Amino acid sequence: MSMMTAGTTKNRDLLFFAVLIAIAAVAPAAVYPVFLMKVLCFALFALAFNLLIGYVGLLSFGHAMFFGGAAYISGYVVKAWGWSPEMGILAGTACAALLGLVTGSLAIRRQGIYFAMVTLALSQMVFFFCVQAPFTGGEDGIQAIPRRPLFGVFDIKDDTSFYYLVLAIFAFGFLVIWRAIHSPFGQVLKAIRENEPRAISLGYRVDQYKLLAFVLSASLAGMAGATKALVFQLASLTDVTWQMSGEVVLMTLVGGMGTVFGPIVGAGVIITMQNYLAGFGEWVLVIQGAIFVVVVMAFRKGIVGEIQAWWQRRSRGQA
Amino acid sequence: MFELLGIPPQALFGQLLLGLINGAFYAMLSLGLAVIFGLLNVINFTHGAQYMMGAFAAWMLLEWAGVPYWAALVVVPVVIGFTGIVLEKLFLKRLYHLDHLYGLLLTFGLALMIEGFFRKQFGSSGMPYPNPLPGGTRLDFMFLPNYRAWVVVASLVICFGTWFLIERTKLGSYLRAAVERPDLVQAFGINVPRMITLTYGFGVGLAALAGVLAAPIYNVNPVMGSNLIIIVFAVVVIGGMGSILGAIITGFGLGIIEGLTKVFYPEASNTVIFIIMAIVLMLKPAGLFGTPK
Repeated sequence: MSMMTAGTTKNRDLLFFAVLIAIAAVAPAAVYPVFLMKVLCFALFALAFNLLIGYVGLLSFGHAMFFGGAAYISGYVVKAWGWSPEMGILAGTACAALLGLVTGSLAIRRQGIYFAMVTLALSQMVFFFCVQAPFTGGEDGIQAIPRRPLFGVFDIKDDTSFYYLVLAIFAFGFLVIWRAIHSPFGQVLKAIRENEPRAISLGYRVDQYKLLAFVLSASLAGMAGATKALVFQLASLTDVTWQMSGEVVLMTLVGGMGTVFGPIVGAGVIITMQNYLAGFGEWVLVIQGAIFVVVVMAFRKGIVGEIQAWWQRRSRGQA
Repeated sequence: MFELLGIPPQALFGQLLLGLINGAFYAMLSLGLAVIFGLLNVINFTHGAQYMMGAFAAWMLLEWAGVPYWAALVVVPVVIGFTGIVLEKLFLKRLYHLDHLYGLLLTFGLALMIEGFFRKQFGSSGMPYPNPLPGGTRLDFMFLPNYRAWVVVASLVICFGTWFLIERTKLGSYLRAAVERPDLVQAFGINVPRMITLTYGFGVGLAALAGVLAAPIYNVNPVMGSNLIIIVFAVVVIGGMGSILGAIITGFGLGIIEGLTKVFYPEASNTVIFIIMAIVLMLKPAGLFGTPK
């Protein structure tokens, strides 16, 4: 891709993003805000996950430990210590970053399939910790987390005003990731994904780059989880299970791994589907499994990836 | 009788036996994973679900058709192994030319489908399976239930039988050759794709066999596989998948360590294997029996 087309893709992406935010800003008039907040939280979670699989080629099967772990931390500091929501989210994000640093420095010692198994096992360890630790409330979780005023001033008790806070957090997270993948740092990550030995021979400290990407991804996944805990006023074991790690993989896969907007689309699709299928109980698991199988077998590029490929074929046909 | 650090010997040996039993299942499952990974380069996430299917198949045969345990021990691995062959032919076969991660994602999806289906049909509380070998032997230091003794012996036979098959027979030598150079083995006139299919079926049958052995010990339960498979993944990371004997030793060893942890520091018994995994990753990233690439 030449410099010019790369530049126009960047601008087109930002334009898309601006349109997306504009639509999201008026959406509460038409759609239930709690549903929208759920989609935004999971979209941010999936964006964070996609940073690793899409741009470094690392499949983490344990991202629930950051999402759910941060949810517990923010829920606890807000409820038990009376912290304001922005401090709660910051605390959750910081703890997720720290957890990401520890688990990441272990996991990057192995590649490929082993990386997936190591992250899955570490996240299961965090799950068992959360089952036993006194502050998480065991099976009950942390319930009735209060929505205190933002910065101690602004009232965000009603869902619509809270929605705009969540939208702002989502936009911030998106821009952080967008900036990271378009920076020299992001270029090195892509080089590692494409050819790790060559990146090493060019003198890049590959492990440090991987670890930094892992910590960034963990922090943003934590930010999403911390926000979700305040939205639903609940932090529970569901958010730290391996099924949750699987769900974020599914969202990203359905939307399109390695695409800028795929994780957002995938989160929207999967959350909508869960909403409609809520009455079907265990069938949801079967259907999610079936989607995995269909996507892996038939359209591995995901929704956004397939649209992009179609668009490129079309414009090449015209030229 | 003697006491060890204030622990009564009955409790100590009871937990040791329990650890040995758990270790037997870790060993059998990680063995199957290693055999499949060696030839297919796929981490079979469905392994836990296939273990669960084995236990359920034994339960269904007994409840619905009156087929006893000992017959199920032979029939179930063949039947479930055959379903594995179907899965390989339908799905896995088409993914070999892609990144290995797609095999993991596919088998994860299949595991979700199978587990969801069984949860829908049978609920998640679990069903008991009658013990085919009731009674036991009273030893000096503990009571040894017959069935548990049988499981330890049977799993050792299965593990070393698999080791013998792969490391000491002609068929095994083809298999090991195909792991190294599938193209060359194919050129010698050996049907490698069929060997890959049968290997997957064999690995799945091994998981199902473990499931039948497990049925009388643990309740037959739709989530029994997913709970176990994550621990087995950690076992595989600790041992490394390069060596069959390594998988066996690591499986039994970790089961025993877990059992001892239950005696001396019960709070950590759920997490001890993951902690060991973290330590091994720090000291010997390729795993205890693995070779660094």
